[in-house]
Amino acid sequence: MTDTISDIFETLKEKAASESAGLKGGAEVLITVGTATCGRSAGALETLAAIKAAVKENSINARVMEVGCHGHCYAEPLVSISKPGWPEIYYGNITEGLAPFLIKNFLVNEDPALEWALGAVEENEIVPSVYYSPRFGGELRRLLARCGRIDPENIFHYIAEDGYSGLVKILKASPVAAIDEIKKSGLRGLGGAGFPTWRKWSAVEASAAEKKFVICNADEGDPGAFMDRTLIESDPFALIEGMTIAGYAVGAKKGFIYVRNEYPLAVERISSAVASARREGLLGTDILGSGLDFDIEVVQGAGAFVCGEETALINSLEGRRGTPRLRPPFPAERGYKGCPTLVNNVKTLSYVSWIMARGAEEFASVGTKDSKGTVVFALAGKIRNPGLVEVPMGTTLRDVIFEIGGGIPPVIKPSQLPGEKPVMKARAFKAVQIGGPSGGCLPESLLDTPVDFDSLREAGAIMGSGGMVVMDEDNCMVAAAEYFLDFTVKESCGKCVFCRVGVKHMLDILSRITRGEGAEEDLATLEELADKVKRGSLCNLGKTAPNPVLTTLRYFRNEYESHIEEKVCPACECEKLIAYYIDLEKCRRACDACVGSCPTEAIYTRSDRLKAIDQEKCVKCHSCLEACPASYDAVFLVSPANAIPEQKPDKKSDGARDGGGPEKRKE
Amino acid sequence: MTEQGERTNAWSCAPEELEAVGKTMAAFAEGGNLTAALIAVQQEVGWLPAEGMKIIAAKLGVSETTVYSVATFYNRFRFVPPGRRQISVCMGTACHVKRGNIILDSWKRRLGINEGETTPDREYSLDRVDCVGCCAMAPVTVVDGEAKGKMTPASVDGLLVQHGLEDGRGPAATENGGPERGNKDD
Repeated sequence: MTDTISDIFETLKEKAASESAGLKGGAEVLITVGTATCGRSAGALETLAAIKAAVKENSINARVMEVGCHGHCYAEPLVSISKPGWPEIYYGNITEGLAPFLIKNFLVNEDPALEWALGAVEENEIVPSVYYSPRFGGELRRLLARCGRIDPENIFHYIAEDGYSGLVKILKASPVAAIDEIKKSGLRGLGGAGFPTWRKWSAVEASAAEKKFVICNADEGDPGAFMDRTLIESDPFALIEGMTIAGYAVGAKKGFIYVRNEYPLAVERISSAVASARREGLLGTDILGSGLDFDIEVVQGAGAFVCGEETALINSLEGRRGTPRLRPPFPAERGYKGCPTLVNNVKTLSYVSWIMARGAEEFASVGTKDSKGTVVFALAGKIRNPGLVEVPMGTTLRDVIFEIGGGIPPVIKPSQLPGEKPVMKARAFKAVQIGGPSGGCLPESLLDTPVDFDSLREAGAIMGSGGMVVMDEDNCMVAAAEYFLDFTVKESCGKCVFCRVGVKHMLDILSRITRGEGAEEDLATLEELADKVKRGSLCNLGKTAPNPVLTTLRYFRNEYESHIEEKVCPACECEKLIAYYIDLEKCRRACDACVGSCPTEAIYTRSDRLKAIDQEKCVKCHSCLEACPASYDAVFLVSPANAIPEQKPDKKSDGARDGGGPEKRKE
Repeated sequence: MTEQGERTNAWSCAPEELEAVGKTMAAFAEGGNLTAALIAVQQEVGWLPAEGMKIIAAKLGVSETTVYSVATFYNRFRFVPPGRRQISVCMGTACHVKRGNIILDSWKRRLGINEGETTPDREYSLDRVDCVGCCAMAPVTVVDGEAKGKMTPASVDGLLVQHGLEDGRGPAATENGGPERGNKDD
């Protein structure tokens, strides 16, 4: 039988080799454009159309291919060009308008337009490699290795890039060997909780039940995390192969991929990938002639954060309200329709194919003692190079944020008038929020924490789904805590009283504080409620809901205190506690920029033709601050809101110039 | 809506919409998957009209209460008709950090409706979503399924003007949109 498997796979591999011949240094020009969701929001589809038109117009013999996301969101739309005689070059921020020039310069005029290039993909003697930059060189890509490098809808590209060799290897061995390999690797659930994967697998395998299921949890609900979406949109076959291996190992014949409602493109791509795997005999009955039957159904969720909890997900899959069930029994004993069910995250299952292909030793060659392998973070917020970052477990937060992420970007006011210099204001790091609504905010003093399951938990955050949102000095930590609780209150399923009522109560207190109506005893009440909600909730949504409040209280207590005692928001973010003013010393008579930008006509011209803001009409939309030209830079923010005595609109004197008001905040 | 005065906030449902519910439900039998049925109906009709819920309940052999309990649980289902243009403002963490609430406020102000509502002429509907997963482009607004990144109050006005031009209504769609220019030729 092992011979049949090899024979069938060899035929597929031959086909793959011819299908993907142009992928690496072929004879024709290959242009790829990343068109996953994030690329599309940056205009990748328009760029793609412009490239196609330019190729046609210049009658260039080139293949234009859509690929998934590279994870370098700051450089979207990202285009790569491989031209015979040249190394493959990545180009960043190639907009619709730039694309025709890039094509013409490089492909017609032999000028590689290095001013738009990020670098060459491989080491060479002509163009500097991207790996000299820490954003590329600091990463270790395993899960993301194929993202943006292959056509996500072409199964042969995946096979040509070492795909399905893991499944073939394990089909020739035995299901027990698969579980042993996972156990040896030390892989832990990458959905957030970090439960050893092999234990779930062997629990399902040990059951004597006839019907078993594998479910892939792709209900990536954490706001700020998008790696599961990227993996599905860019490398869907790795997930399908991983699920097939899981099905083989635990003895399940049917799998479900539960994709989040908000990810329409992911659903489209994974459905098409499942169909092509079925067509090539890699799903369905008698896979690769091995006698293994396994098929996958893609299910789109209906939009509920709590469905990321495995028992809630199963309820939702059965067509009911997605409320969690009491555990035990765990899904491994009684899950979907009462049958033993294996529930794993997208990253975990995709990693399974990697481990089967490359071996447990190589997997465990990086990482810490108890957290092996690599971890993918979605870096966002106030960061220079946002996107997906894959690093070995145990890398410090500082390395991820400041080395790979490039640190905190300054606030830039671009030049608008001729001859004007842009204004740049450096911003300091304040906190990093890890793990979404269940995670916590860590301050600068904890930046040397290594990222692994246990160190993060110790610091008060959790690995969670790997969302990492960076905040700078303009972000208020009380408002951040309020934001997360607002999310949890909306998403609480309502089953447990403490989660349903307690978290709402905490939110009410926080809203009061951000409005400047906080009382001294509020902080103690918050702490007490947090403890009770933690202990009185059934699932992890409630158990972890107070984390954002607890960590901000622990590390940024002074911010809470200034909101309560002085009615001051130190970050100038809480709407009720701030006011926008125009510095009359800096304002110029001939300029009307702020007046035009104001959506509520709150800015008026004084008798001396300088501008002022009517505080009653101001909706605090930040527009005037952005509209004021860089050479004047006259709009500033103060907190508390009543720091400067109101100047009435009808006041016609210049006497208001004396200012003397509060200390002006860094602007 | 006056004849439905007793049920506040209920949008009337067109006969052809009700017919579409019936047609979609033909594929489902008693005891079928309720979530799947609701998804199918919403995909076909665009929303879940109150009259349609009765058809769903009858067809699956469950009570109307059960249908509502599932439908109201998930964010996906809507009980007001979608606007011809659907605006979803992302309020994920990254968008929050980049002050997405300012963008949401701008839409509310310009459209004159709150989140979860539809303008009376059914032109626009406004929703907030929790993260569309393009965090690097924050703040994000999704207009008719197309994610627009790096939004500002000015780009909200810009989009409305663009819609106005596409529909041949002229840029007048925003009352006080762009800055007044002093050198207009009269």
